[in-house]
Amino acid sequence: MAILVDENSRICIQGITGKEGSFHAEQMIQYGSKVVCGVTPKKGGTTFMGLCVYNTVKEAVQEQQVDVSCIFVPAPFAPDAILEASEAGIKVVVCITEGIPILDMAKVLAHLRRNGTTLIGPNCPGIISPGRTKVGIMPGHIHKKGKIGVISRSGTLTYEVVYQLTRAGFGQSTCIGIGGDPLIGTDFTFHLKRFREDPQTEAVVLIGEIGGTMEEEAADYVLESSYPKPVFAFIAGLTAPPEKRMGHAGAIISGGKGKAEDKIVALKKAGIRIIEDLSSLGKTVASSLGEMGIQPDK
Amino acid sequence: MKLYEYQGKELLRQKGILVPKGVVLEEEDQLEKALDSIKGPPWVVKAQVHAGGRGKAGGIAVARDKEELKEALRKILRQRIKTAQTGQKEIFVKKVLLEEYTPHVKEYYIGITMDRSKALPVLLFSTMGGMEIEEVAKESPKAISKVMVDPLLGLMPYKARELVYGLSHMPPFELFPQLERLFSRLYELYWDMDLTLLEINPLCVTEKGELIALDAKLSMDENALFRHKNIKDEEEKDPLEAEAQAYGLNYIKMEGDVGVMVNGAGLAMATMDIIKLAGREPANFLDVGGGASQAMVKKGFEIIMKDPNVKMIFVNIFGGILRCDVLARGMLQALEGISLGVPLIVRLEGTNVEPGREILQNSEIRFLVAQDLEDAIALIRLSGEKRG
Repeated sequence: MAILVDENSRICIQGITGKEGSFHAEQMIQYGSKVVCGVTPKKGGTTFMGLCVYNTVKEAVQEQQVDVSCIFVPAPFAPDAILEASEAGIKVVVCITEGIPILDMAKVLAHLRRNGTTLIGPNCPGIISPGRTKVGIMPGHIHKKGKIGVISRSGTLTYEVVYQLTRAGFGQSTCIGIGGDPLIGTDFTFHLKRFREDPQTEAVVLIGEIGGTMEEEAADYVLESSYPKPVFAFIAGLTAPPEKRMGHAGAIISGGKGKAEDKIVALKKAGIRIIEDLSSLGKTVASSLGEMGIQPDK
Repeated sequence: MKLYEYQGKELLRQKGILVPKGVVLEEEDQLEKALDSIKGPPWVVKAQVHAGGRGKAGGIAVARDKEELKEALRKILRQRIKTAQTGQKEIFVKKVLLEEYTPHVKEYYIGITMDRSKALPVLLFSTMGGMEIEEVAKESPKAISKVMVDPLLGLMPYKARELVYGLSHMPPFELFPQLERLFSRLYELYWDMDLTLLEINPLCVTEKGELIALDAKLSMDENALFRHKNIKDEEEKDPLEAEAQAYGLNYIKMEGDVGVMVNGAGLAMATMDIIKLAGREPANFLDVGGGASQAMVKKGFEIIMKDPNVKMIFVNIFGGILRCDVLARGMLQALEGISLGVPLIVRLEGTNVEPGREILQNSEIRFLVAQDLEDAIALIRLSGEKRG
């Protein structure tokens, strides 16, 4: 098992003929993901690596069974692309695009709530269930099939964490990059609930950062639900100055809110193990799990 | 992107919201001409800076005659001020807003922002304006009312009614129609201009019962600037930050002496934290992005080296989309024919790491290789000690 996506997930790539879309579609196919078709307006009827390209998502779902859409469309057009996938009935939509205006996302998210669509991102690396499927842009080879669920607001920082976990002998069930923007489709709590039900997942690693209150909300959930699996967390941005947007549009300490220190206090209170030194994260998680009798993945 | 008060008030005026009549001055000798259109005395002089707490810091003055007005200009315009919100840094006041004084009997507060966890715009209103809204919230929470707006519907009239009827200290009934109109116009402005914050504190009530915005704090979503080409970022930026921005690099100048170059914002923040763990302070935040080109890496390096405080450079790259060989070639280009003069620590991992390392090893560049982050911390400590 894994969460959200597995080896049977049939993937459609929106923006498949663009520079980013075509590169990553190829990478996903090489990883073994079931990419079944693509969508690019005006390119309908052509093919990409032997796959059908459609003008609209509606046409794509009429001809193919699609479970997941992965969006590589520039920011001004991405909100439209997300809504198109949602209206076509696709249940899991992954939006890689960075730079979508906040108010566009507010509108999109209000629609998605009505349609029951799960949106991962925007401004995210995507989802990978190692050894099964990859829907996104992460380097596949650093991952390993295993028992740790990873949820992160970041991209390359997630790769760093995953790489260390893999080197320390622990593989991953599913890794989700939920996105670095202020408004994103899902939060830590959403995925913690799914990892709780997933038999493959035996522990969860959260990678948070400054800005917003998502980490505090996750801490509340873990505490209130007496979360049955060990949870670890790393929070980036202890040295970040206030009122500056640290690369991610969502990573900003504003009006004294969103500080790393406050998040760490809340997470500790909920019994979540805080990793303070990123450089030894893999080893720390591994030895901690060892003490609990959770063995590394073969 | 923060807008100055005068930019914000211009947007309010265009939306039909009352603001005091005012003129922006950059030089003292613009005063005489300005007084042709600005009635007084009294007048108000307000420093145009991006920091709250201006009043307490001497950035706002009320002048009762022309002598006082000139004195106020001398004290504020082209001077440096330090407020509770600027920290240790002083900011230079390049412009002041000269306004007609507005006599009033009451001060209210209105704010619109985004509730990030609910993904809904939120409107805040209080009849206890003029002071820090955070303090009102602490001392008399019922004096602030709050409504969430459905972005698909916009601000419905019943929501505006909830906002005023929800207060422990309600405004007088005769102001209700005017307030409802104001809420709806402000929400339209918030939405149409892609604001992330719209705050009017104080909104004053005159004796005649008019509502006038005495201050305006507006911030725009930088990701939406492509559809607001008429709005200019007037902010005075650090010259290195401005240069980086022109090349699409995320660079923020900091106070320390370890220059940092990283791909990806989260890893860049975490790398700064690691430098602190190693007992040093970062000189900057620099995210060259997931898909940086050779030219961007070169530019990033140049900007780090232009900072005279930099005594050591740490490059931390986890190749995903950005391949390690591309980064290595960019560094080679940037450093060609330049003697760095400070230790350079490089940590490469991920996509195409082998060719990347090879390119650096076969070059003239002298650098220290960190095998992983633990190794990097040790090298940062060591290089620091060597230099004393």
